[in-house]
Amino acid sequence: MWHNLAALPRYRGLIQTLVVRDLKARYRGSVLGFFWSFINPLLLLLIYNFVFSTVMPGVRPADLEPYALFMFCGILPWTWFSSSLLESSSTLLSGGNLIKKVLFPAEVLPIVTVLANMAHFFLGLPILVAFLVYYRRPLDPVELLWFPVVVAVQLLLTIGLALLLSALTVHFRDLKDLLGNLLTLWFFATPIIYPISQAPDYMRWAMNLNPMTHLAISYQEVLFYVGPHGHWRWLMSLAVLAVFVFLLGYFVFDRLRDSFAEEV
Amino acid sequence: MTPAIDVVNVSKVYRRFARQRQFATLKSALLKGSLIRDLQPDETFPALRGVSFQVPKGCTYGVIGRNGSGKSTLLKCVAGISRPSAGSITVDGRVSALIELGAGFHPEISGRENVFINGIMLGLSKKDVERRFDEIVEFAEMQDFIDAPVKTYSSGMYMRLGFAVAIHVDPEVLLVDEVLAVGDQGFTIKCLDKFAEFRRKNKTILLVTHSLDLVEKFCDQALWLDKGQTKAEGESKRVVASYIIDVEKSEEQELAKAESARLAATASAAAAATAQPDSPTDPVSTGDAPTDMFKATEGRWGTREIEITQVSLLGPDGQPGHVFHHGDSIRVRMQVRAHQPTKDFVFGLGIFNADGVCCYGTNTYLEEYDPDEFSGEGQVTFVVDSLQLVEGTYRLDLAAHKLDGYPYDYHRLLYTFRVKSRTKDVGIYRPAHRWEFSPGIRFKAPDAPRTF
Repeated sequence: MWHNLAALPRYRGLIQTLVVRDLKARYRGSVLGFFWSFINPLLLLLIYNFVFSTVMPGVRPADLEPYALFMFCGILPWTWFSSSLLESSSTLLSGGNLIKKVLFPAEVLPIVTVLANMAHFFLGLPILVAFLVYYRRPLDPVELLWFPVVVAVQLLLTIGLALLLSALTVHFRDLKDLLGNLLTLWFFATPIIYPISQAPDYMRWAMNLNPMTHLAISYQEVLFYVGPHGHWRWLMSLAVLAVFVFLLGYFVFDRLRDSFAEEV
Repeated sequence: MTPAIDVVNVSKVYRRFARQRQFATLKSALLKGSLIRDLQPDETFPALRGVSFQVPKGCTYGVIGRNGSGKSTLLKCVAGISRPSAGSITVDGRVSALIELGAGFHPEISGRENVFINGIMLGLSKKDVERRFDEIVEFAEMQDFIDAPVKTYSSGMYMRLGFAVAIHVDPEVLLVDEVLAVGDQGFTIKCLDKFAEFRRKNKTILLVTHSLDLVEKFCDQALWLDKGQTKAEGESKRVVASYIIDVEKSEEQELAKAESARLAATASAAAAATAQPDSPTDPVSTGDAPTDMFKATEGRWGTREIEITQVSLLGPDGQPGHVFHHGDSIRVRMQVRAHQPTKDFVFGLGIFNADGVCCYGTNTYLEEYDPDEFSGEGQVTFVVDSLQLVEGTYRLDLAAHKLDGYPYDYHRLLYTFRVKSRTKDVGIYRPAHRWEFSPGIRFKAPDAPRTF
């Protein structure tokens, strides 16, 4: 395992090329092309905003203004997380040709999926910036330094889960369907469309077990709430957990690696 | 000098999962608590069993064997795509495997981008690909289409581009799995030229193929795999020759099996026919003679006043067989028995090819043997000094009948034999022949003396 893990940096050229290919291929043939990376989160935002501001205006606390901005802080990274997992669960199956016919480091595939989705996440950020400017939100530059840390923790965590999922899906094809429902539940269990303060107390401990809670809160602390980043202890523990999840994911992936060429 | 490929006692076991396992789901596995057990194989299938060989640097090495003998598994193990269950494989130098051309091409993006991605996947750096790009495109003859998305390519273009990239990785060891079976004539020739260039550059090629010609012409050494085991290894001509002999042997067995099945079928038909109370007066006791004698339907009929009890085809060694070579001397021997002495008898024979076309037919009457008397047991042998048939499968008609055609015992297409030939000539008939040329027309000296 350590040997293979050490070889991973050698594939950065390959990973980089494949991420670019993924991004290029995704919108090839569509009229708006790359603009979809902006438009998709924007549309999503409009939908949620419509639901929670117009259809059900009473359910959100009054101090959460502008609500659209608050929601966007959570939805953007969540989209990165959830589509990474969904796509990586099928990435080994759709890349079966590579695994079976070419000498190819299979772990590159889920990693590429996560990185490509991260690129989409970054492409959505300008919209967030536009909102910040529009609402004239003050941003503390010192607090902004936390932003790359949060992204790094999420990246590591997501890659770990993606490796685990992609390897297991080869053996259990229905993980993919299970995952779709699980992610919907996960989304509502994460304080994205509501603040953590609104959750009932007896649920708190359970929500604290959810790693995405702390990522969402961190994003909100950095980008939405005024004042210092008060969640960093949680974030640091999560970073330790993320390293562990990554190693676990890689371990499982490495153990199952030899079966891919036969099972895919 | 260290060999380019060193395979030591390699075994590969494939896991087979029971049918039930195919539908197993994570949910059910978790519910039953059998997650770990379900990941274990139910039974195993050995694809390779203790295979060892060495390929010296600069050697072109062929791997032959029947379908399912483990050739492709071996190649995948050497390429490092799958790992052997036991044994070790050492490959010295950069490997490129031509297992599937254009694997990993993305259909939506252009050929140009795919060349880069494919090259990088095969282990080149971006700079390497840039340097070789023009050469790759030129080799693939894709100058006009290189910027079109790959999904618009024809399968030929797709494969040419895939081949061009793989071959320009410039490996020290090239692994080739039957890729020459695809693509048109021109492409195949081009591939062969490229391989020849590889040989000149003293690079190592491991070639898995069904084309024995290619192995004989092209490979220095060869390995013959049979059911995952090494059956022969060494100089390619010798290995190919012993492989051909083995293939003929199993063909022989197959033909013999089919023939005994056919004879058993006609025998049981005869028993059924004679069991009928009103049939003994019927002169045609088993089955009816077909109305059109040239229509190929197998069967046996006749009154059996003279009976053909046994038929054997004897090869040049005097042993019964079913596979013969062009030019062999063969004998068709019939054991016949006359249940009562008779003065009216003709023995005949017909040879039909696989299409049911009569290649040759004759009988003793046509060749002016005037019957005198036959009683008791006897042997009739049709001797062919030199078998002049083109390669293929043939069936035999054998008959004993009266001068007017009234059948004693008619065996229609019940016997099969196969003819093998080095010359791949065609047709239904090969006249004994030779070629003559005026002095102005010259040919290179043949590798082996031509015998026709």
